Amino acid sequence: MSSVLFLVDHTGGKIAKAAGELATFAKTAGESVAVVLSSNPAEIITQLSAFGVDKVITAAGDWDKYSSAAAAEALAQIIAAEKPAAVLITSSARGKEIAGRLAVKTNSGLITDAVSVDKDLIATQSVFGGSTTVHSAVITGTPIITLRSNSIEAVVAQSTPAVSEFAVTISDNAKLATVTASTPAVKGGRPELTEASIVVSGGRGTNGDFKPVEAFADSLGAAVGASRAATDAGWYPHTHQVGQTGKTVSPQLYVAAGISGAIQHRAGMQTSKTIVAINKDPEAPILELADFAVVGDLFNVLPQATQAIVARKA
Amino acid sequence: MKIAVCVKQVPDSWAEKKMANGLLDRANVDAVLNDLDEYAVEEALRIVEANSASGEVGEASGHSVTIISMGPERATEALRKALSMGADDAILISDAALSGSDALATSLVLSEVIKKGNYDLVICGTESTDARMSVVPAMLAERLGVAQLTFAGKVKVDPAASTVEVDRVTEFGIETMNAKFPVVLSVIEKINEPRYPSFKGIMAAKKKVITTMTLAETGVAASSVGLSAAWSTVKDALPRPARSAGIKVTDEGEGGSKLVDYLVEKRLA
Repeated sequence: MSSVLFLVDHTGGKIAKAAGELATFAKTAGESVAVVLSSNPAEIITQLSAFGVDKVITAAGDWDKYSSAAAAEALAQIIAAEKPAAVLITSSARGKEIAGRLAVKTNSGLITDAVSVDKDLIATQSVFGGSTTVHSAVITGTPIITLRSNSIEAVVAQSTPAVSEFAVTISDNAKLATVTASTPAVKGGRPELTEASIVVSGGRGTNGDFKPVEAFADSLGAAVGASRAATDAGWYPHTHQVGQTGKTVSPQLYVAAGISGAIQHRAGMQTSKTIVAINKDPEAPILELADFAVVGDLFNVLPQATQAIVARKA
Repeated sequence: MKIAVCVKQVPDSWAEKKMANGLLDRANVDAVLNDLDEYAVEEALRIVEANSASGEVGEASGHSVTIISMGPERATEALRKALSMGADDAILISDAALSGSDALATSLVLSEVIKKGNYDLVICGTESTDARMSVVPAMLAERLGVAQLTFAGKVKVDPAASTVEVDRVTEFGIETMNAKFPVVLSVIEKINEPRYPSFKGIMAAKKKVITTMTLAETGVAASSVGLSAAWSTVKDALPRPARSAGIKVTDEGEGGSKLVDYLVEKRLA
């Protein structure tokens, strides 16, 4: 069986949730081979073995210092040796950069932001804010496919992967840009927006007061999002913006509070499994999109809902 | 400093987009300068202003800002907008053979044009609001063999030392990155507030030069670009079935409780 490589995202010795998802996709299409760029991979390998990984290739190097340029070089060298059927990478800012550089290096086709990939390596993308589903395939080189996190439930299966270390050579060209300092994102108590299974977002209707949105999010263990109107007004950080020019989320449950639902916003959340909307305006377009819509003031509806959730959990 | 800013004309992000024959239907929608590229144009202008004796852009500053785009003839409208903001001149690579080009082909053509200009800085937006792949800046850096400083939320340029320092802002946090010229940068949308073109700027832009290049003039072979050269192929593109409207309740004091009942019923809470 041909192998499918996937690049493992990890920070501080912990693998990202997306790593298990990529492992699951890789396994569907072939022998799953995890690539771990780390000088200290032991802990990471242990975590990977919970996702039925067949093989792990590790490579030591200054990965934190040289960022995506070096990671792309490493992958290109591993591809040359392994000749996999495809390479899967997370659709993060860094993941897509690595994928882009890798496509150039290996003269291979690239598909980004796929939501799934099947056994024949046909990728499914959801484009134009989820209004169109596209199936595509790479026809040149080694298919490089980036997958959105949260697109699949990772399949848990214990395995004892064969581990090998690969000696990579990083050229001076990949060392032109260097990382001199780094501050990891403050995690707070809330899950990451694109990884969360529930997202509660606030918009213009909050009038700048996100407290009820945050309280409801916390009662559900959800991430907090915001519309562009809210982030542009400075009510909530831009990093939380959901929409065409912000993050694209596809959670199990998306709650839009005080968001009218302009195309810009819908583009970032339309593929959510279940959509709940709360809006004072009975004509708001978001209400037409919602599986459950409440016409009402979020300042009354959300606190009551928060209380009900808290009471249920007590 | 010689600065190039890569921009793209895209369908208005407020418009509904559709597919036609496996490609985005661009003909039947309003086209505008990609929102996210305005931040790149603005940042280029600010870098020049900060390093010009008069505090102004233009020839007297000793620096130049060239807008580079690939697209159909009508993309000149987007270029005029960037010129009216204050950029000095523009290059449009326009050729029927380029239609349907993917990111690999686009980055190839842009990189060949950029190579001819010997730019110190090449600035891009983080992505186009139509294709949304967000890979062209990294591909440009790869093809040009120069440093890549992308997703910059802050840019510090030292022309005397020929260095750039950025704060790279991604989902993982903030990284400070450094490199020497030449550099490919991409800037995120919170880096600045793009200026509105002034009346004077709009008038001045009418006289600025937009050089049009054909594919042959870039030196890239026609076999490397366009739909037929695409490295991937679309099998099918289907409109997603419209979401049917669900349950709608009006809050009369128990909207919140009803909402939670629904979530419990759906096993979401």
